[in-house]
Amino acid sequence: MIEIADLVKTFHHGSVNEVLALAGIDLKVKKGDFITVIGSNGAGKSTLLNCLAGSYGIDSGHIRIGEQDLSHWPEHRRAALISRVFQDPLLGTCAPLSIEQNLAMANRRGRIHGLGKGVRRADRELFRRQLKQLGLGLEDRLRDPVGLLSGGQRQALTLLMATLIRPQVLLLDEHTAALDPKTAQQVLALTVQLVAENHLTALMVTHNMRQALQLGNRLIMLHGGRIILDVGQAEKAEMRIEDLLQKFYSVRGEEFVSDRMMLV
Amino acid sequence: MTYYAFMGALEQGFAYGFLVLGVYLTFRVLDFPDLTVDGSLPLGAAVSAVAITAGIDPYVSLLLAMIAGFIAGAVTGILNTRFGILHLLASILTMIALYSINLRVMGRPNMTLLGKSTVLDPLINSGIGVFNAAPFLFGLLSILGLLALLWLLRTAFGLTMQATGANPQMITSQGVNTSRVIILTVGLSNSFAALSGALLCQSQGAADVNMGVGTIVAGLASVIVGETLFGCRSIGRALLAALLGSVVYRLAIALALSFKLGQFSITPSDLNLLTALLVVAALTLPRLRRKVWRR
Repeated sequence: MIEIADLVKTFHHGSVNEVLALAGIDLKVKKGDFITVIGSNGAGKSTLLNCLAGSYGIDSGHIRIGEQDLSHWPEHRRAALISRVFQDPLLGTCAPLSIEQNLAMANRRGRIHGLGKGVRRADRELFRRQLKQLGLGLEDRLRDPVGLLSGGQRQALTLLMATLIRPQVLLLDEHTAALDPKTAQQVLALTVQLVAENHLTALMVTHNMRQALQLGNRLIMLHGGRIILDVGQAEKAEMRIEDLLQKFYSVRGEEFVSDRMMLV
Repeated sequence: MTYYAFMGALEQGFAYGFLVLGVYLTFRVLDFPDLTVDGSLPLGAAVSAVAITAGIDPYVSLLLAMIAGFIAGAVTGILNTRFGILHLLASILTMIALYSINLRVMGRPNMTLLGKSTVLDPLINSGIGVFNAAPFLFGLLSILGLLALLWLLRTAFGLTMQATGANPQMITSQGVNTSRVIILTVGLSNSFAALSGALLCQSQGAADVNMGVGTIVAGLASVIVGETLFGCRSIGRALLAALLGSVVYRLAIALALSFKLGQFSITPSDLNLLTALLVVAALTLPRLRRKVWRR
């Protein structure tokens, strides 16, 4: 159970460039929810995820996971509960280190990285098995530096790393947006598979409305730093893209166009 | 070059080897340009000289020097991470402060170890020869230092050191406090620099408050020379290249000092200029080569 209460975040506070990025977000996420998050540019989608992960401090409000209030925890401490995949495929993995070394670091997420051997023999077996399910042949390239992999391969690896230790919540920030369509489809399928297999709670930001409707059991739409639409599974299943646009018009009374908003 | 000059260059190369390994750690692994070493190397010399003069065992004095160096480096790391001061400036501040501290430690600008026991005594007494003792012992110690670093970089903590330099966002997402890694790594790097200082003062027989001038440039030059000559494909290879780079650099300096052209000869006071030119050349040659290639 994740509870976000009256979350407010401003950038450039007190200057002429002040931007109210989150204007009081209230959101209760049940265990096992897979929520897709949509909204136009500047709606606050990425800011919401960054505030959850702790990359940005918050102005006011609360973030709770279970019994723990992590509103003011530093980012590295939250990593024990929260894992994430970034839009940039290069951000989630460490290029000069090998595949097995990257996985070894992910296998210690939220634990002590001490003076024991970085990659143990027993780890390798686990990594091989886990990599096999990606179907990319990475299980035979454990010692290759990650820098040699393609963007899609690195994003698939990042996904695996984010779920190697089961997170309380998985944050996906447009994690297929920087990939070519075919690779994006593969990474998306892998996302669905990993979320289902591990019964993960996930928040996925996307610009693709069809994706937002197809995936997950709940959909929220942000605009101007507020949640303007929150639909559950039943209602979502009946919705079409036109309905989403309709909803948007009726709530905001503005034109909902953006070059990054894909209609198909 | 005479045999003595050659052995002298080896001695210096291995003694500075620790410094170069430390510089490799900050510059290459952590991507943290750390100038603290200009102060922590003489700090190590000062601490070791004072300790030996006070009757402490020379080997124990090495340990004390390393602890002092670690604290100096940790201060730079804290200035950078906790107080948000730019890494380069943070290290310059510590370096400047260390000049005063080193004078306080010794109580005067320089301190001689004439007649005092040093780490070299057991070897010299064994009859290996006065000129062979230092290169042999320092070579052995620096190889041990290299192996220790290699081990460390392959531990779980070592992986976070490498990741902190290469992708801080990634390693933060894995629950690692990068500030702590930076403080510990810069501290470790400076404990190596201080160890170099301690060894140098024991083999030269004196500690001097000005012996640290230009340390960072010499260390960087050694790292770059090593990388160019011996490659850096793996961590082990890169560490070995740094250590050998230190030896090659000292040999090159010994060669330069024996250079004579009529009335002109290179003096030790020219070495800072030469080293700076060497680093500039090493850093710009690859770029020039690419430009020429494209034409």
